Amino acid sequence: MSTFEERKAGFLAIELDGAGYQNLATAVLAAESAGFHAATFKDTPEAGRTNALQRAAFAGPVTRTIAVVPEVDTVYTEPFHVSTQLASLDYVSGGRAGWIATAAVSPEAAAAVGRSFVEGDALAQEAAASIEVSRRLWDSWEDDAVIRDVATGRYIDVDKLHYADFETPADFAGTAYSVKGPSIIPRPLQGQLPVLAAVSLVGEGLVPVDAVDAVLVSAPTPELLAAEVRDARARLGSSVAIIAELDVLLDSRGQAAASRVVTSHDSGIARFVGTAAVLTELLAPLLQEADGVRLHPAVLDVELEELSRLVLPELRRRGLLRAPIQDGTFRDVLGLAPAENRYSTTAAAPVAAGK
Amino acid sequence: MTRDIFQPSGQIQFGIFFQGVNSGTIWKAPQAGSQTDFESFRHIAQTAERGKFAAFFLGEGLRLREHLGRPHALDVVGRPDAQTMLAALAAVTKNIGLVATQNTTYNDPADLAHRLQSLDLISGGRAAWNIVTTDNAWTGANFRRGGYLDHADRYKHAEAFVETAKRIWDSWETPTGPARPVLHEGQHYTVDVTPRLPRSAQYRPVLFQAGDSPDGRDFAARQADVIFSAHPKFDDAVEFRRDIVARSIAAGRGANAVQIMPASEFILGATDQEAQEKKAWVRSLQIGPQQAIAYLEQFWGRELSSYDPDGSLPEIDPVVEETSETRGSGFHGAKARQLADQWRAEAKDKGLSIRQFVTSKTARIDATFTGSYTTVADHLAEYARVGAVDGFNISPWLIPTGLDEIVNHLVPELQERGVYPTEYRGTTLRENLGLETPVRSEEPAHA
Ligand SMILES: Cc1cc2nc3c(=O)[nH]c(=O)nc-3n(C[C@H](O)[C@H](O)[C@H](O)COP(=O)(O)O)c2cc1C
Repeated sequence: MSTFEERKAGFLAIELDGAGYQNLATAVLAAESAGFHAATFKDTPEAGRTNALQRAAFAGPVTRTIAVVPEVDTVYTEPFHVSTQLASLDYVSGGRAGWIATAAVSPEAAAAVGRSFVEGDALAQEAAASIEVSRRLWDSWEDDAVIRDVATGRYIDVDKLHYADFETPADFAGTAYSVKGPSIIPRPLQGQLPVLAAVSLVGEGLVPVDAVDAVLVSAPTPELLAAEVRDARARLGSSVAIIAELDVLLDSRGQAAASRVVTSHDSGIARFVGTAAVLTELLAPLLQEADGVRLHPAVLDVELEELSRLVLPELRRRGLLRAPIQDGTFRDVLGLAPAENRYSTTAAAPVAAGK
Repeated sequence: MTRDIFQPSGQIQFGIFFQGVNSGTIWKAPQAGSQTDFESFRHIAQTAERGKFAAFFLGEGLRLREHLGRPHALDVVGRPDAQTMLAALAAVTKNIGLVATQNTTYNDPADLAHRLQSLDLISGGRAAWNIVTTDNAWTGANFRRGGYLDHADRYKHAEAFVETAKRIWDSWETPTGPARPVLHEGQHYTVDVTPRLPRSAQYRPVLFQAGDSPDGRDFAARQADVIFSAHPKFDDAVEFRRDIVARSIAAGRGANAVQIMPASEFILGATDQEAQEKKAWVRSLQIGPQQAIAYLEQFWGRELSSYDPDGSLPEIDPVVEETSETRGSGFHGAKARQLADQWRAEAKDKGLSIRQFVTSKTARIDATFTGSYTTVADHLAEYARVGAVDGFNISPWLIPTGLDEIVNHLVPELQERGVYPTEYRGTTLRENLGLETPVRSEEPAHA
């Protein structure tokens, strides 16, 4: 990650939940054409919403450049399955996968899988454990473990496979568990998928900063976002990318954005309501303070059209957007170095964190 | 037509089983491609769709197979999560069914039901679940639950699981909801969920079952639409059909309610002789010298590397009483000493070396159709005529081009004989298999 001073251009992500599953291919292609760097997929319980990771997987093969980043819960899911599914997403997207690790605060989610309800600090513990399991499993095959050596008849070099042997820490609030490994799929194409989490989950006593690659930061109003970003940077240091969250509702085809506000707004994310030009002026400094901004369109089709016609071209013209990287990885978008394998038998020194 | 008399359809269909483990897929040939790259999966799925295959299957193994305490090194290994891969393939195919093998012990019913229904909706009604019941503690070491299920309980557990899943899928009264909550309180888990999704174009995912014990067959007769069977040889297939028809009728379903698609392998050529030569070549690549020894080591429980693969079976006895599950269900629980005696006698009788013997045990001997395109097509037409099976689930021995000759040469021969579809019947897997729309599952009285 480059330092704050060096950064000139940021990246833009768009939340594609509004596309549902029927218009997914069209929507993700439109987002890619518009120049968005990443598409994200929500997974909180809501009638009609299909599994986020599968929507991301569907989007993988129809696109070329845009990263596909689903939310996947860490509390009521099986860490072993989550790790395999995300590694698989990396394969089907050609190394463009990421993970927004969420921690569901939901008695309903607990009841659905017959587990006891988790809240408070225990949420971050569950998240930290799940992320650690995934990271260990992703490293459990070294990059060159598949050797296909005809002379010895060996498809893999067993010395390059490792048991994850994960155990929840002694002070774990939830039910303790262990995971053996190795993974059932070779190391993901990116080595380690970038892991994103809400800033509220990350920090001392929560999910360790070095367990995540980026945090999602929100504020009560658009105007306060830059200050929140600076706060997060001060608290977490410069090793983590900061992504500012913004709801957008734009004037469109002669209709004022304000007149389109129909539902009450309770996403917990600052909402911008206004013209594309004013949004551009808001985003310009934000893309320099933060590493990236994630936009949550109020109505996907409407907002996406305005964004791609008016906002992204202008930001690009001003040199504020990173150029999309053809055939690049999500790590490339975030400016992350190639992920060293903690178990690597050839690496000079063992790497402590999974990044 | 009575529900109690089986009526052959006169047709067969194909499915493709993309193997990610075992020695059936050869990797040593120069033509062998990647087992993990998306392009391999795309090529196979699109070739199958060109050949009007009904379904694309992915297997599942939730722990790497081991050999003498370490991951097994000799066969292809390492495969993507089935549903994630199938969701991606849904984007690049239009008609082919997408079948995910998923086990009932290390999944949560509400989560798995939601994911399968998501796949069904995303694919426009093409999803299926191949229900398996892996239950060992060795696999359980990868999961929060650990190994908590007795082998004897695996189908009881599976049945409660599948019933719960069906109620989840059936919970939307109308296309827009709302859902009725689904409750299940069982010995091993409780579920209390308000389902989120409407029905798909095929109402709910098609159910496949792959398990062969009497309990497994009864379970299939009660719950499944299709059995992924292990009985492809003609007489055996006819007998298996008879058994399943009897079990289906006993379960209160019609004689034609459950379809059968055995696992199979095809080795084809322009002539019978060419196919036979190809078979020898395929077999030599499936079971090399190291694999032959390793296979015996699994049953002997000790290193046998000093034995000559082209010599006779080891005279020393196994050090284990029972084989463990570490190489998958096929190896699980065999009586090692008894087996070793039996095998030594058999190999001596037939004059087989270690390598020849292991090849005869492993290489889907019963499941292989070898011959020219016309010979094999004639043979398959006979299966269709008597209704021995509804189709074959083909494991290609080569990735990614292993279906090419089947689709280019065998399928047209079958179409000429009028026993294989020339077009997809519809857009959903259920339509393409000719299955009836399921009846809505009943709410249990206590719920
Ligand atoms: C053709 C066939 C394919 C199978 N594929 C898988 C698989 O991919 N993953 C798995 O865990 N079990 C697989 N199984 C194992 C069965 O699901 C089942 O767990 C096992 O056969 C034990 O059940 P049974 O005692 O009823 O036979 C397969 C079985 C058959 C016959």
